Amino acid sequence: MKAIIFIWTLALLGVIFPVFGNTLQIKPGQSIQAAIDKAESGDTLLIAKGLYQENEITIRKPLTLIGQDFPVIDGQNKGNIILVAAAQVNIVGLELINTGFSNMEDSAAIKFFDSDEATVENNRLNNTFFGIHFSNSKNMRIRGNQLRSTSEKEYQTGNGIHLWKCHHATIENNFVTGHRDGIYLEFVTNSTAIKNLIEDNKRYGLHFMFSHDNSYVENTFKKNGAGVSVMYTRNVLMKDNIFEDNWGPGSYGILLKDISNSEVTGNIFRKNTVGIYMEGSSRTTFKNNTFRENGWALKLMASCDDNTFVANNFIANTFDISTNGSLILNKLTENYWDKYEGYDLNKDQIGDIPYRPINLYSVIVEKIPAAVMLWRSFLIGLLDRIEKAIPSITPENMVDNSPKLRPYDFGKQHL
Amino acid sequence: MISVNNIYKKFGSLEVLQDFNLNFEAGISYAMMGPNGSGKTTLIKTILGMVIPDSGDIEVQGKSIKGEFAYRANIGYMPQIGRYPGNIKIGQLFRMMQDMRPGIENYDMELVRNFGLDEMMDKPMHTLSGGTRQKVSACLAFMFHPVIYILDEPTAGLDPMAVEVLKNKIKKERDQGKLFLITSHILSELEELTTHAIYLYEGKVFFNNSIEELKETTGETKFSTAIARLMEWSLKKQPQKKPNHV
Amino acid sequence: MFKLLKYSLYDIVKSRFAILYTLFMVLVTVSIYQISEDLSKVSLSLLNIMLMIVPLISAVFATTHFFNNLEFTELMLAQPVKRRDVFLSQLLAVIIMLSLAILIGIGLPMAIWGAESSLLVLLAAGIALSIVFAGLAFLASVLTRDKAKAIGITLSFWIYFSLVYDGLVLYVIYSFADYPLEKATLAMVMLNPVDLARIIMLMQLDISALMGYTGAFFQQFFGSAKGIMLTSGVLLIWMVWPVLLSMRIFKKKDF
Repeated sequence: MKAIIFIWTLALLGVIFPVFGNTLQIKPGQSIQAAIDKAESGDTLLIAKGLYQENEITIRKPLTLIGQDFPVIDGQNKGNIILVAAAQVNIVGLELINTGFSNMEDSAAIKFFDSDEATVENNRLNNTFFGIHFSNSKNMRIRGNQLRSTSEKEYQTGNGIHLWKCHHATIENNFVTGHRDGIYLEFVTNSTAIKNLIEDNKRYGLHFMFSHDNSYVENTFKKNGAGVSVMYTRNVLMKDNIFEDNWGPGSYGILLKDISNSEVTGNIFRKNTVGIYMEGSSRTTFKNNTFRENGWALKLMASCDDNTFVANNFIANTFDISTNGSLILNKLTENYWDKYEGYDLNKDQIGDIPYRPINLYSVIVEKIPAAVMLWRSFLIGLLDRIEKAIPSITPENMVDNSPKLRPYDFGKQHL
Repeated sequence: MISVNNIYKKFGSLEVLQDFNLNFEAGISYAMMGPNGSGKTTLIKTILGMVIPDSGDIEVQGKSIKGEFAYRANIGYMPQIGRYPGNIKIGQLFRMMQDMRPGIENYDMELVRNFGLDEMMDKPMHTLSGGTRQKVSACLAFMFHPVIYILDEPTAGLDPMAVEVLKNKIKKERDQGKLFLITSHILSELEELTTHAIYLYEGKVFFNNSIEELKETTGETKFSTAIARLMEWSLKKQPQKKPNHV
Repeated sequence: MFKLLKYSLYDIVKSRFAILYTLFMVLVTVSIYQISEDLSKVSLSLLNIMLMIVPLISAVFATTHFFNNLEFTELMLAQPVKRRDVFLSQLLAVIIMLSLAILIGIGLPMAIWGAESSLLVLLAAGIALSIVFAGLAFLASVLTRDKAKAIGITLSFWIYFSLVYDGLVLYVIYSFADYPLEKATLAMVMLNPVDLARIIMLMQLDISALMGYTGAFFQQFFGSAKGIMLTSGVLLIWMVWPVLLSMRIFKKKDF
């Protein structure tokens, strides 16, 4: 498989850069930096399998570095391993280990400045502080890389894939684990993250802010310290992602803060303390998502307005929705709620009486968290029944007027 | 053999036994009588340790029974109404009682045979009639060769034949020098079985002497009329002794 | 002691009630398995059974048994055996019967239809609650001579611990909502065996709600070795003290 990818990559590069340059071979014992310095713009450097102990390898011209069977470049815990300040640099098939661990200069395995058309593909990064670090760059492709950090504490590690002031980036099929944030984007626009597996990172699986017009598709964010946290951004598309196993206080499937005009579709939120936590977000549509076995499927703060939740599945969550205010200006419609106990006389598969997803107990717990100790007690069951019959505390307009009787079939993954 | 010393017992505000003293000697059989609520059953239960006195002490065979339980092995007790776990069989009940007295290996099965219970060993207790249950109680009281017998209404509910069997057994044991303490409402039976009369009234011993002495004191020749006389006397005493109690 | 227990147990296991209770448990469990789509729903339904039905039946049965067996108890007291042994054999027979009913009634369907290991905690909690409420029932029974009154007291225990107490807790934490209440709530929970059992079971089955802000504190506490030791210790105290107290009263009781 790897061999095929490798050959395919070579072929592709051949197509992209057919006219440029020669091919140079580097063997263990030789200096990569020296080879780079010697190479012409557009040359391809083949690095043979073996160990290369080098750091701060600097590239200032268009070049392609291709590892043959994953040569290991050991940064010996000093600074960055590869620094790029040029357009059209491709780094393929390397194993990069042991960067420095400096917070001051953000040591990274591969660091790009002011680049264009860069490709970072099929590399293995182990024990690096930052993994792949771009700033002020555009049109990069980050594909099929495996980033593993083994530090124990959050402050001992940097972000896996870190982009600052970039646009038109493609982040695809990467695996990031053990870093601070799996993917970190700040001022990154018109970019796409697809099919990445981001798990067990110390802080957030995905963390972005001021990063408009991006889409996130078919990624899995799993067991990250605080889940996924995104803020101050508009026009986001989140589609078919999985957010799961984010347990703990202040841990969310996804935290949306000041997100607007966005779309969250076809995602799975499974086994999170809170599926989605929303604050100050508006004009966002949530459609065809499955919320399953979360503590709270949704925490919708009163600062959110004009959001629409349509045709989602809410199954086996402790609480479906909770909120901190009484004025709710969001729309719920045609969702499936497994706690719905209504009936359907006209057989249109839509319940004839509305469903109120906020129960009394969730309001109580929101006000007095210690009341969580009474969960599943007889008293609470009784109170919820009474509240359902005579609503008094729960917000009146938080209602799904057309609850579905059967769960939607969104495919196998959603089960 | 049994000495009851200065026993006080109250149930709520009702004083059932007050400064109660009695001695029971080996070889004598006592008829214990008295109207309902005079303290007969309470006395028996106190001796058995089922009722704990508020103060005072009881000695059985010279040893205080306070906190003791082993002494009960020497007492054969037949309760007024014997009720037993329903699902247990007669044979199992016997074995269980035998189990509780590991020191005794030689069982007196005479009553069992004479009552014909040995053919009913597999019957569960809840299928038995009241009389049969009473027979079981009697068998248990006599099974372990006790030196003291306490029989609370022993013949109640028994058919005449069984009454005869039981009486003969009592006489036989009595003649071997065992101590008997019997309560009954059938005076003829008491006269036949006992030599000593104790009459309780309002938690006090009103009369305690041999039956001959009883007849002499009351000037009656018949046991039953002598007892009737005692009752009359006790009732006359009532107002001054217990002004609050009617 | 063991001889007494042997016979008490024999009697109680053969009783109609023991069979009915076990059958009831089997029936309930099987129907729960039939109705619920997945194991987690089964566990949650069983949890409700353990928290509500098991204490209720244990309490009422133990009280009824105590009074129905009073004559037998009296018979035993006239025998050369210790009062303590008479008392304990009666109580243990009740406890063993109740536990067996749970083990067979719920455990057997679980073994056949499939179960998670966390369900074992559920069984254990059910048995613990049976013991607690059998103890409380015996306490009520030795406190009064009247069967109806004893059942009344027992039922009050049940209502108090499964409903009223939680209401008080809710009231207290509502009144003092401005203060940090985690430790106070924890202490209050310790004073109610039903709450204690509920939380021990929740820690196994349904921790999602307990993982929130405050919940994490509880999760940390109940999840830690110290917390588990403490909760089981306190639950053990709940199993023991009614027994000890009622035995003390029984030893001085008149029959």
